[in-house]
Amino acid sequence: MTKFSRPSLGDVARRLAYGAAVSAGLLLMGLTQAEAAKTTLNLGMSVEPTGLDPTIAAPVAIGQVTWQNIFEGLVAIDQNGKIVPQLAKSWEISPDGLTYTFKLQTGVKFHDGEAFDSAAAKFTLDRARGADSVNPQKRFFATIASIDTPDAETLVLHLSSPTGSLLYWLGWPSSVMVGPKSSANNKTTPVGTGPFKFSSWTKGDHVDLVKNPDYWNKSVDLRLEKVTFRFISDPQAEAAALKAGDLDAFPEFAAPELMSSFEGDARLTTKIGNTELKVVAGMNNTRKPFDDKRVRQALMMALDRKTIIEGAWSGFGTAIGSHYTPNDPGYKDLNGTLPYDAAKAKALLAEAGYPNGFTFTIKTPQMAYAPRSAQVMQAMFADIGVTMNIEPTEFPAKWVQDVFTGRNYDMTIVAHAEPMDIDIYSRDPYYFNYKNPAFNELMKKIQLTADPAEQNKLYGEAQSILAEDVPSLFLFVMPKLGVWDKKLKGLWENEPIPSNVLTNVSWED
Amino acid sequence: MIVLLTRRIFGLVLTLIAVSLLIFAVMVLLPGDPAAITLGTSATSETLAALRHDMGLDQPLIVRYGQWLAGALTGDLGTSYTYGVPVAGLIAERLVVTLPLALLAILLSVVVAVPLGVAAAARRGGVFDIIATLFSQMGIAVPGFWVGLLLVLVFATSLGWMPAGGFPGWESGFWPAAKSLVLPAAALALPQAAVLTRVTRSAVLDTLHEDFARTAIAKGLSRSRVLWGHVVPNALVPVLTILGLQFTFLVAGAVLIENVFTLPGLGRLAYQALSQRDVIVLQDVVLFFAGLVIVVNFLVDLSYLVIDPRLRAGGAR
Repeated sequence: MTKFSRPSLGDVARRLAYGAAVSAGLLLMGLTQAEAAKTTLNLGMSVEPTGLDPTIAAPVAIGQVTWQNIFEGLVAIDQNGKIVPQLAKSWEISPDGLTYTFKLQTGVKFHDGEAFDSAAAKFTLDRARGADSVNPQKRFFATIASIDTPDAETLVLHLSSPTGSLLYWLGWPSSVMVGPKSSANNKTTPVGTGPFKFSSWTKGDHVDLVKNPDYWNKSVDLRLEKVTFRFISDPQAEAAALKAGDLDAFPEFAAPELMSSFEGDARLTTKIGNTELKVVAGMNNTRKPFDDKRVRQALMMALDRKTIIEGAWSGFGTAIGSHYTPNDPGYKDLNGTLPYDAAKAKALLAEAGYPNGFTFTIKTPQMAYAPRSAQVMQAMFADIGVTMNIEPTEFPAKWVQDVFTGRNYDMTIVAHAEPMDIDIYSRDPYYFNYKNPAFNELMKKIQLTADPAEQNKLYGEAQSILAEDVPSLFLFVMPKLGVWDKKLKGLWENEPIPSNVLTNVSWED
Repeated sequence: MIVLLTRRIFGLVLTLIAVSLLIFAVMVLLPGDPAAITLGTSATSETLAALRHDMGLDQPLIVRYGQWLAGALTGDLGTSYTYGVPVAGLIAERLVVTLPLALLAILLSVVVAVPLGVAAAARRGGVFDIIATLFSQMGIAVPGFWVGLLLVLVFATSLGWMPAGGFPGWESGFWPAAKSLVLPAAALALPQAAVLTRVTRSAVLDTLHEDFARTAIAKGLSRSRVLWGHVVPNALVPVLTILGLQFTFLVAGAVLIENVFTLPGLGRLAYQALSQRDVIVLQDVVLFFAGLVIVVNFLVDLSYLVIDPRLRAGGAR
């Protein structure tokens, strides 16, 4: 006797037929879905932008949503960090470097129908350099003395002094072209000339963009109809959203320690790229004992950068010897200038008059990389008899007040996000309090030439000065940890400029 | 009764004004300049001054407080520094997430806790009593955000039944939106239900020993009639008090849960505003929270009068 009744033949047949029908249905659903390639994208970001106008506020998240998607510039910076034409199709620079003549694209319209022409370009640049400008990079436009618009397609910039970086700067998110009629509202309803139009913003959760059917650049094959940028700040939640399929991509995943959890996932792939984020431990160069170059060099030699990268960022990241990344033109590998050597560091410290070391405080922002790096550094400094106290300092508010504007600190640690910002060591005032006339002279020379080869040579010299002089302890370049669906193509793996360019993104059939 | 009410409402308004002054004072003491944060590390003193002027930060404190208070009284809560939109709209957008979340959590906790607490009290030392004790100890000991993470792990990442977080918005339809609130509400409700179970149990036990309950039993009423007809309604006063108190914890505790589930609620708005030094938003949200607490306490007081006739009589005297 068995407890289970034996099913009759009819029963079995019925069940089989039912099962077959259901599986056929499911298969059909699957097929139709696969046939029509996906045209939507859900992309995750850790930080929600504060407003959507990159020309009036600095946070990089603004550009990461809008740059190249909604807004475009006279020129753009491509995946390899190269300057390419965009709304200006060509340009000529006068031999003295003082006149830039741009030929603009014709037939370009903003999303609200307003025409983009030389008047709009002049309006944009005047807005950025004007007396009331709150453009975070206002200094980019400082040498523009006057702007002429001989006709609708020609824009002429007259400079007060040669500015070799001007073209590069014009490719930045803060230099994008805005419409005279719409610019005032760009913070909440951005209007640009780009391939995507702003659709809606559910604050605290997501921004929606839709395809711009009237996009001027017909050589671009836009595949995405709708893009949703979702903002998730908690690393665990980011990972969960990816694994649950709520998100298709997270181009800048914030938790390196969770990267290995995506291994073996059938749907997702991980990509390790470069960024422009230089993690450096800046020192107050006028404060004792950091005013002594030997002390700064000793501290640099006390640090084993490989271990720091391991401890702070799970081994992802590239050690640097100066304030420059391997992405940047004219990069020199200067990791060997002051290599890790605790014994030498100790000797140098004794020579500088600190045989028994000294004690100081590092002001550490709460971003994960900072306290983790600081803890590893603390142990390494202890090896050469230097005691470092760690003082958590809320970023951005308290840090900007104490360190950046107040310059009241010994040492701090922060990732500098601006591409090609080696010139910060020549800015005065700037939080390092670093003053080196030879270095400043180099920075000036770079602006006096527009020749890339000459610029690269000068950038090389500048890197060497910093590597030798150590105004800050150069630690590592942050990696770009990308996680996305294996079928997704066209996302940038590297990040020569903070962005999520979606122009060439598509789903594989 | 009317006099009592008027007096209470007058007190309520005075408290709110005092609270607003306190909030403003705290905001002034917060380190960090919102304009400097907006401009980032490239700011020059010239652009900083221009932006400070735009934001109204260059005005005297008393003027700024006056403007804020006058605005708040006329329903104009100012414009967010970071989002550039009216704060009133921002708060309204967030309330449609936070309020349903809080109500769902309260509902969940009451539905679980009250029957469990009553059952535990009805048979002291019985099965339900043991379950209730275990449940409330565990619920109090385990942090809500951790429960949230576990729920995500099980129901979103592994089973794929629920979204891992985020909020699609009510415009995407009732069920998709409501679905995204279920897990966070459960995480929020657990510690609450734990406390509420304990309070219900002891309140019912206490009331069971009161004279009227003993009289009712002596009169031969059935145990369940005594329990549900006489004891439970009377035991509701302390339960309500705790619910009122918990409501405030709920709104505050939602900050963590909203972060775990990345829900665009009021708590997260306050958190973001704090880190961005969006002082206007922060002021308004904190004032709103404070107002909510004061009003909820007021309503709980009123509800005593409805539930307990003895208090009503006392109030009229």
